[in-house]
Amino acid sequence: MGLELYLDLLSPPCRTVYIFAKKNGIPFEFKEVELMKGDHISEEFGKVNPVRKVPALKDGDFTLAESVAILLHLARKYKVPDHWYPADLEKRAKVDEFMSWHITTLRQHTGKAFWLKTMAVALLGKPLPPEKIEAGLQELHATLKQLEEVFLQDKPFVTGDKISLADLLSICDIMQSFGGGHDVFEGCPKLAAWRQRVESEIGVELFIEANGGIQDAKSFSEQKIPPEVAKRLMARLQHHLGQH
Amino acid sequence: MVVQLYLDLLSQPCRSVFIFAKMNSIPFEFESVQLCNGDHFSEQYGKVNPLRKVPALKDGDFALAESVAILLYLSRKCNTPDHWYPSDLQKRARVDEFLSWQHTSIRPNAGIMLWLKVMIPMTLEKTCPAEKLAAAVETLNETLQQFEDKFLQDKAFIAGEEISIADIVAYSELMQAFFAGHDIFDGRPKLAAWQKRVESKIGQDILDEAHKMIQNPKQMTVSQTALEAYKVRILKLLQ
Repeated sequence: MGLELYLDLLSPPCRTVYIFAKKNGIPFEFKEVELMKGDHISEEFGKVNPVRKVPALKDGDFTLAESVAILLHLARKYKVPDHWYPADLEKRAKVDEFMSWHITTLRQHTGKAFWLKTMAVALLGKPLPPEKIEAGLQELHATLKQLEEVFLQDKPFVTGDKISLADLLSICDIMQSFGGGHDVFEGCPKLAAWRQRVESEIGVELFIEANGGIQDAKSFSEQKIPPEVAKRLMARLQHHLGQH
Repeated sequence: MVVQLYLDLLSQPCRSVFIFAKMNSIPFEFESVQLCNGDHFSEQYGKVNPLRKVPALKDGDFALAESVAILLYLSRKCNTPDHWYPSDLQKRARVDEFLSWQHTSIRPNAGIMLWLKVMIPMTLEKTCPAEKLAAAVETLNETLQQFEDKFLQDKAFIAGEEISIADIVAYSELMQAFFAGHDIFDGRPKLAAWQKRVESKIGQDILDEAHKMIQNPKQMTVSQTALEAYKVRILKLLQ
């Protein structure tokens, strides 16, 4: 029994892990965990990750949650090329800094865009009022500005000349806000150019393989969500609405 | 050249960095950044950390934010003993896993206690609504349970037999709720035992130094600018 990766490609950190493993030729068994079907509430998945989130990793008896931990573990175990997590002390620190920062900023705010635009329609059967959506997107605009001005600056990638885990995590987070049909790159030529570079490094085919599903917003509203799952999802939507 | 650490010891991640540096006798210049004074809004501090948060590190021209990044940088640069960030692949993964998870669990859910129990009375001159506090306590209890069940289990420390960066971070974050006046150890003997083990490793001298600001949070003085910023944040919390 080899490496198992428990993923739902609708989730940005899952996409990051998926792309990273594929790009580095890391052999793994794809264990699909469909959040919209409530797979993560199952007893079986609870044994893999008691916190019941994706992504999760299982390697024999060893289980691991949290995308940052999984990415670092895979990078070390499979000795991937240096640029993903550079050995250089300062470059490595910059990746750590980004990975820490993005969890409560980019991840949260791009996720919110997705919930307010796409999940709201799927759960409520109609879009939210535009002012509510716009209010919710304000933090995202501020965060993208920080991504550009603090982390990217005038460099091709976050650490400099080469792609790293930082770029991979961000691109997958940002694609989530596309899921609502919201083009975050509109009016941000620098970010748009960076996106092209990242996509090109990953390879268009792999990029689409991972991110294609999230861009098909229409399919969400057509999903049949089990009542138990719908209840949990509604609570989460309320949480996003309650924040502003 | 000695590193500069920009810290406010009222802040949990600052205490993590402070405690770690002290335990490893890492020489540093303590640059005080008092959030209650609005120091983090200054032009000068913006050059150190444009994200305007604490902690921050400066090592010559190199500037670094985010406590997790700072802790890892110091452990590598100063070659701290292996147990802090074990070279064993699986133990290291356990540390990474905790350091990642805590951002959206312990940090907000323990951290909010200071806001609800200290900052609200201080800024709005009234006590926090009971239902709000009750809801926060319930969420914190769920987080504490997850911490015990998944991260601690029956081990002495998060990564196993020895203390690591994960325990220092967990300790600082959890103690924020405790110092705010919410006893997280009541009815949790496993957590209390872990706390005692961590404190015994840190040592009373370092603890006294690290806690001198946070142990009496009600005594903090807040500048007008900071007060206005806090009011905005609190009103958002109370919505």
